[in-house]
Amino acid sequence: MTMSQSTSDSPRADPRGSSESTSVLSLISATKSFGAVAALTDGSVDLRAGEIHALVGENGAGKSTLVKVLAGVHQPDSGRFLVEGADVVFRSPADSKTAGISVIYQEPTLFPDLTVAENIFIGRQPRGRLGLIDRPAMRTMARELFGRLGVPIDPDRIADGLSIADQQIIEIAKAISLDARILVMDEPTAALSGVEVDRLFAVARSLRDRGTAILFISHRFDEVFELCDRITVMRDGAFIATHRTAEITVDGLVREMVGRDIATLFPKQEAQIGEVVLSVAGLSRSGVFSDISFEVRSGEIVALAGLVGAGRTEVARAIFGIDRYDSGSVLIDGKPLRRHTPQAAIDAGMGFVPEDRRKQGLVMDLSVARNATLTLRTQLARFGLINAKEERKAAEEWTTRLQVKTGSQDLAVSTLSGGNQQKVVIAKWLATNPKLLIVDEPTRGIDVGTKAEVHRLISELAVRGIAVLMISSELPEVLGMADTVLVMHEGRISAALDRSEATAEIVMHAASASPEILT
Amino acid sequence: MSQNASAPILHGTTASRAIGRIFVSREFSVFAALALLIIITEVVNPRFLSGQGVKDLLLNSTIFVVMAVGQALVIITKNVDLSVGSILGLTAFGTGSLFAAFPTIPIALVFLIGMAFGAVLGAINGFIVTLAGVPALVITLGTLYIYRGINNAWAGSKQYFIGNQPAAFGTLSVQTIGGIPTIAIAALIVVIIAAIFMFATRAGRDLYAVGSDTDAARLFGIKVNSRTVGAFTACGTLTGLAGVFYASRFNSVGADTGSGFELQIVAAVVVGGVAIFGGSGTVTGAAIGAVLLTTMTGALAALNVSKFWQQAIVGVLIIAAILIDRILSLRTARKLRVSEARNV
Repeated sequence: MTMSQSTSDSPRADPRGSSESTSVLSLISATKSFGAVAALTDGSVDLRAGEIHALVGENGAGKSTLVKVLAGVHQPDSGRFLVEGADVVFRSPADSKTAGISVIYQEPTLFPDLTVAENIFIGRQPRGRLGLIDRPAMRTMARELFGRLGVPIDPDRIADGLSIADQQIIEIAKAISLDARILVMDEPTAALSGVEVDRLFAVARSLRDRGTAILFISHRFDEVFELCDRITVMRDGAFIATHRTAEITVDGLVREMVGRDIATLFPKQEAQIGEVVLSVAGLSRSGVFSDISFEVRSGEIVALAGLVGAGRTEVARAIFGIDRYDSGSVLIDGKPLRRHTPQAAIDAGMGFVPEDRRKQGLVMDLSVARNATLTLRTQLARFGLINAKEERKAAEEWTTRLQVKTGSQDLAVSTLSGGNQQKVVIAKWLATNPKLLIVDEPTRGIDVGTKAEVHRLISELAVRGIAVLMISSELPEVLGMADTVLVMHEGRISAALDRSEATAEIVMHAASASPEILT
Repeated sequence: MSQNASAPILHGTTASRAIGRIFVSREFSVFAALALLIIITEVVNPRFLSGQGVKDLLLNSTIFVVMAVGQALVIITKNVDLSVGSILGLTAFGTGSLFAAFPTIPIALVFLIGMAFGAVLGAINGFIVTLAGVPALVITLGTLYIYRGINNAWAGSKQYFIGNQPAAFGTLSVQTIGGIPTIAIAALIVVIIAAIFMFATRAGRDLYAVGSDTDAARLFGIKVNSRTVGAFTACGTLTGLAGVFYASRFNSVGADTGSGFELQIVAAVVVGGVAIFGGSGTVTGAAIGAVLLTTMTGALAALNVSKFWQQAIVGVLIIAAILIDRILSLRTARKLRVSEARNV
């Protein structure tokens, strides 16, 4: 088919002509507005069979809207959309699926009450006699899929309670089972790390080699460069450029994404490292983690690295008193902390910025001011009533200091971008004047520009003498930010590294295989 | 690593796992509660399980069972139909009216008309809920009064008595097959068909998907609106069937028939293990829940418990059912988490 190439209005969709391979999907100058907000002003992308094509851009660049257009969730206001050279109009997600497009969303959309196998095959379950669902066949098919992915997930368990990593795997299994010719992955690796990412890449490559076109959206440049054949950059709802991966550098990409140069991705400032603030000794919880011992000093950033599921979040939650632990001790400033009570942790000067800010860190429908001062309820209250003026003052102080970009303190937090939401969560805890701040995946799902701001913020906290315990699955973040890197593997600390000795290889190795377990 | 890690989860024969699953299922615990109730009552008052006693128990349950199955379909989709009492009233009174107007009308046709009438009323609920995008609680609270109002206007002070109807119609709820009342067998067939539908057809599984996560269901390309309308229509149809049964079983039908049933039905469904927020539970559980609640009334009477306390006990049962459910799901979640942490 040459129809898509013959259109004269798509010169930028492919900078080098497209003689080498056929376009299976072309979106050309698509626009989409929601009321007065133009989410997409020039959405263009060109996918070929047998390629992995990255789509990069800051949050708000229009990537998600573009994905939703491909998925049939949104109908573009104008522009052309061709699949296999023929114009298409999707009125529903079902139309997109019929056209051979499978989308794996950033937020897994599983049915918590249905089994894993049903989640994969819902709506197209294998049927046996009388047209009834053949459950054994469905189970076998699910097992085969997981076998191909190399992931042991029980097809009969219900999806509720699965880790995000596992949920993503199920999404991918579903897309594979659909035999999709076009696979759109919207930040599939945001919640995966190490082994899981490698496994996903292996699967993606084998799909590519079988002729599938893959659109891969990611904030992680290392992944983009490792995996993708071509890269399309978007900014402010518009197409900027498409490059062959070999012909562009990270710096060049970042420049195109933000339209300016970012001096450095990790502006770590040198902080004065002082007394021990947090001291954890022999912390254990049967079946989850064991014998965890480490210290965090004032002004120090300690990173907990490791794979998803290694028990890092569980350790942090136990320290903060949300989850119980069986043995061991937690000391703050040398004084033992009463176990299993978050209030005691807060009183002792601890703050906790959780991984899932939507669910645990913020009350999405409340205003920015309310959220920022949630932890100050008792200080701000007179006779049990919260003083609105004081609340506003406290909130303003913190949101200005952290440069939260919001139209008004009264807007609901849900209207802010991910990065700014994260700042509000951090503001919430800074207002309590903490000695120790635990941050769990502080930049997950945050765009490059804001990411740097969050890093700068964390670095500044350390300079001010706050002890920081940071859980992160992003290696560059760990290596760039931490003074000390603790690597966890299967519930144990497998390596404790100083900033100077921590390299990507050592951390990855310690995260994915601790020798005494393998031998 | 993956091969070994999979072993602890995937092992165990299918049969033993299936049996294990039955014992931890919600249906089993409701059934066990029912069996316990019957045994205790029988020990205290041996007349409880006499031939007539069993027959009464089954007959009394029949109407609620059929309605509970219909309601379960709706609740599984994360909706609720509060108008079922009024639908039952309209279809029961309609049945009486039919026999009054056409005394020779075939009984089978009366059943069809009653079910079709119920289907229309249920479909109206479904259409308003999906089109308006307003919680079903509010919409069906409205139609509860609207349908009841129509019933009042239609019936006025008129009542139809069993004597006005063909003898064959009344005997439906008297005659037995192998000692089991005919309409109880009909109810059992309804439960079996609905259970197979919900367990083993794509449409049935779609209802669970819709209730489990409506937005996700839309993304999957499941026709959420038509499935929801379908669930309401099925509920109306079954309630219509129950209405015809009602006219056959009880002495009189009038403006007030079925009033207040909706809460008892919702209670039965919830006690039967159907989650009030949708997505899980089975029609079998709902049916057993309905039998449990009706048996409870009979049993408490047989145990000489004051009528006033009976309602309070039903209330305790509802809360207990929900608490047990919550504890069980927390325990499973914890078990799964620990086993997965080991397998990472």
